[in-house]
Formats: sequence, structure tokens, C-alpha cells
Amino acid sequence: MLGFVIQRFLQAVVVMAAMSVIVFVGVYAIGNPVDIVIPPDATQDIREDAIRRLGLDRPLWEQYWIFATNALQGDFGRSFVYNIPVLELIGSRLPATLELVLISVVSATVLGVTLGIYAGYRPDSRISKTIMALSVLGFSVPSFWVGLILILTFAVSLGWLPAGGRGETVELLGIRWSFLTLDGLAHIALPAVNLALFKLAMMIRLARAGTREIMLTDTIKFARAAGLSEATILRRHLLKMISIPIVTVFGLELGSTLAFAVVTETIFSWPGVGKLIIDSISVLDRPVMVAYLILTAALFVTINFTVDLVFALIDPRIRARRTA
Amino acid sequence: MTDIVPEPAAPEKSTPAPRAVSPFARFWSEFRESTVAVVALVVVVVLCLLALFAPLIAPQDPYDLSRLSLMDARRPPGFVGTGGYTHLLGTDPQGRDLLSAIMYGLRVSIQIGLAAGGVALAFGAGLGILAAYLGGRIETLIMRIVDLQLSFPAILLALVLVALLGQGKAQLIGALVAAQYAYFARTAYGAATAERRKDYIEAALATPLSGRRVVLRHLLPNCMPPLIVVATVQIANSISLEATLSFLGLGLPVTEPSLGMLISNGFPYMMSGRYWISVYPGVALIVLIVAINLVGDRIRDQFNPRLRR
Repeated sequence: MLGFVIQRFLQAVVVMAAMSVIVFVGVYAIGNPVDIVIPPDATQDIREDAIRRLGLDRPLWEQYWIFATNALQGDFGRSFVYNIPVLELIGSRLPATLELVLISVVSATVLGVTLGIYAGYRPDSRISKTIMALSVLGFSVPSFWVGLILILTFAVSLGWLPAGGRGETVELLGIRWSFLTLDGLAHIALPAVNLALFKLAMMIRLARAGTREIMLTDTIKFARAAGLSEATILRRHLLKMISIPIVTVFGLELGSTLAFAVVTETIFSWPGVGKLIIDSISVLDRPVMVAYLILTAALFVTINFTVDLVFALIDPRIRARRTA
Repeated sequence: MTDIVPEPAAPEKSTPAPRAVSPFARFWSEFRESTVAVVALVVVVVLCLLALFAPLIAPQDPYDLSRLSLMDARRPPGFVGTGGYTHLLGTDPQGRDLLSAIMYGLRVSIQIGLAAGGVALAFGAGLGILAAYLGGRIETLIMRIVDLQLSFPAILLALVLVALLGQGKAQLIGALVAAQYAYFARTAYGAATAERRKDYIEAALATPLSGRRVVLRHLLPNCMPPLIVVATVQIANSISLEATLSFLGLGLPVTEPSLGMLISNGFPYMMSGRYWISVYPGVALIVLIVAINLVGDRIRDQFNPRLRR
């Protein structure tokens, strides 16, 4: 097991190093950031001074080296636009995104797995067919469109829920959260539903496919022959067997939902990291873009690493194969 | 998604003699069994025809500025404009007939979807099959990169690439291809490694046929079924991804509004109750995507050996 962990960890480190180079060089290729920081009528002296101060006159590899050593110490530079350390900027936006994403993914998983098992257990019932038809919709309809319809229905026509912003927040552990106040919950409802729908559809299909296949296996036949009740079979055997794909997807989806939150946050003016990156891309705020991408890459590498480990814990065959 | 109910015997398929049925005819006769899929296919075809013949059938050329009048701007559906005809779906903030704008938007969206899906299919499938055929270090390298990319959400990748490459049709297609080829590569690789081990490939390799011929004539055709399924889904995905990027203002230039941009243009007016500017292009987009997905679903079920009778 230890060999497996070390091997995977080294792989993750190599991937991170590669990603940081790609992102840094890639972002370096766009535009000239000096044009954003300095007014166009600035004198040549001011311009050159700014270039020197931002370190833009040095060769690319040197800039990368400075960036990498600083980044490892947790310093991603200052935002060109806000002029505060990037990490602080992202940190101040992160709680909003996190609470949105967590609420969405957890509720989508719980609801989706329940509905999916039902649809797979009774594939021919009318309810199952309705569930599946709706899941196709949730899967195909672009999430920005769902967001618009949610706003149109619940905010504009019915006037039940607010269309944007975070609402009233409460401080807990030094961070402001929306989900602890009634007003905040009202604000989070629409974006959370918007973000959850796609994941819900995915979880339903995954759980249904798994259930349909597993219900036909010998394991279930023998469990039935042994006289176990259907409820026990579902809980003890089925749930355990479909848990592997679901754990994987849960982990991966947690990350991809963070990315998808970009769209939802823009529609609902949710002041999270996603909105920050869209704004940064449009004004070419390089340090924010680089830091966001590297942190996202780090997040994905960590998630993949964790999913691999959890896999090895759940399924001993994987452990044996990889370390052999 | 269509559930296969075990049927006692294929009803009234009384083909007179065991004539050789072409694979396509067999495929079609199976496909026809699902009404939903057939309807979806008809919808896709109709939308494609609308897009193709938009310049001939649209009531107005929405990009001929001389024909637009601000007097007609933001009118509700059914309004008779200065052009003397009824705007069935209303008009947008520039006074464009929305029905015409949607037809032209479909054109752009379908074009982008097909181009991005096609290039991603060719590139991805090529990589995947190459990896499976060559094996060794190259296989490890290619598949490691593909897996890495698959773990990274396509939308984020496309977002960053569009930001890096700038706006424009070619750039957008490039970003979509980069975001999607990995799915094709994975699928092709999976299919090709399974086929590679089969006897007929070994046999073909034992003959003096060139490796290229074996790959193109024997390996590739047998990897096609799963690739076709992925291609349908990915075309729908590219259309949806392009719409999302355009909605975020990072897609196509304003001169060529796709459905996503039409929706985005109408968004600010939604709050004041002028819903039609966003809603109708959105309905067109969704009907297109859902129909493509339903067709893809049906094909997937047909190719799935586990659900085969």
C-alpha cells in the first residue's frame, strides 16, 4: 500500500510541475499587462518603471522561476487590478463558492442516487420513465439556460426569490457564510438548484445503470436465494457495489462543479471565485488567472489522488495490481 | 434510455428469403422501433434544413443593417413591424426579427458543432488508435495526457483557451477541439485495445499487409460504433459549450451571433419582462441539443451488447 501511495504522489507532483509551466507560459502569451495597469498617456519613464517593478523585463524562464519559488511559499503576487495579494483575493471569494458547490453536490448526490436506484430497480414503472426523461433534460439543457429560466420564473414572474447576490451573511470562524441566515438561504436557493441539476441528472443515470447491471448478477441471485429481504439486498449489497463509480464521480464532480460554478456565478452575480476569474480574464489580470488555474489544477490533482487512494481502500484488487 | 422489453419474437419481419441485409438497413430497422428516437431524428433534420436554407426562407436578413429599424426594437411576438410582415417571435433590441435571427443563429451553432466535433473525432480517434496500435512508451505517454485532461473540466479548458487565443471562429473551434478530443481518444483507445487482441487483427498483421492498411481497413472500422455514439453526444456538447462561452461573452465575435449570443443579448431585458428575446433562441438551442442527445441515446442502446436481445 505504501508503495502505491508514494508512486501516486510522485505522479501528482510531476503533473503539478508540468501544469504550472503550461499555465504560466500560456497566460504569458496573452496581451501586454502593462497596458492595463498604466494609462495610455503615461510617459515612457513611468512605463518602463512599471515594467521593471512588475518584473516583466526579465526573460520568461526567470519570471517563471521567480513565480514558482514564490508560489511554493504561498505568494502568487499581487492582482494588477485590485492591488492586493492574489491569494488573499481568492481566499476572500472562496467561501461563497464553496458553500454553493457543497450544497449543490451533496444534495444532488443524495437525491440522485435514491432516484437512480429506484429507476434501475423498477425500470419499467411509469415513475422511473418520468425520472429518466427528466434526467435527459437535465443532462442536455445547458446550465446557463436553466439559470435564466429559474430567474425568469422565480425572480421575475413569481417574485419569490432574489435573482442575485449573497444576501445577509453571518460570521462563523472568521468567515462570512450565507447559508446560516434565512435571507442568505433564499439567495443561495436558485444558484444551488441551477448548479445541482446537471449533477443530479448524472447521478441518476449512473446509479440507474449500476443498479440495472448489478441486479442481474449472481451476487443478487444468491442473496435472494439465501432469503435476504429486498431491502437488505439493496442496502447491503447493491449500495456497496454501486458505490465505486459513485465515489469516483462524486470526487471528480466536486472539482468540475467548482469549474461550472463560473457560469452559475456569472448569471446570479454570486460573488465567488468563478465570477472573479471571468472578470480577470476580460481585463487580463494575469496573476489572478495564473493563481486560479494553478490552484484549480492542484485541486484536481489532489482529488484524483484521493479518489485513487479511496479506490484502493474499497477494492483490494486495485491495490494488488498497481503495487505488483 | 429506452428500455428494452423482452419480446417473444420479432413480429412480422417476414423477409421472403434470407437476403443479405446491408448493415445500414439492419441498423435503421432497429432504430425505427423507438418512436422517440425517430421523432428526434426528424427534429434534427428539420432544424438542419432550416439552418441550411435560412437565407432563402427567413423573413428578413437579420444582418443587413439597412433593413433594420429601431422603431421595431423589442416588440413582442405577433407585432407587425415597419417591414409590413408579422414578427412571429418578436424582435430584439436592434429591431431584428427574432425568427430570422434564430435561423441564422442555428446556422452558426450547427456549423461550429459539426466542425469542432468532426475535428475532435479525427484527431482524438487517431491518437487513441495509434496509442493502442503502437503500445509501449508512446501508448503510456498519450494516454497519461488524455487521462489528465479528462480529469480537468472541459468548460474550464475551453474558457482558458478562448481567453488565450482570442475571439474568432477558428480560435473557438480550436478551443472546443482541445477541450473535447480526449473523450474520443479514450473511447477509441478502449475499443482499439479490445480489438487489437482479437485473432483477426493478429491474422491481418501476419499477412504482408502494411501496418497502415491494417489500422485503416481492419482496426478503425471495428472501433467505429462507440465512436459514433460519442460523436453524437460531443456534437451536442460542442453546441452547448459554444453557447455557454458566447453567453459569457467569450465566444464568437459579435458579427456572427450564434444562439448563445442571442440569448446573452436578451438577458438584460429579461428582468423587465421582455422574456422573448432570450427565451425563443434558448428554446431553439435546447430542442436541437435534446434531439441530438435522444438520437445518440438510441444509437448507444443499439450498440450496447449488454442490452442486446
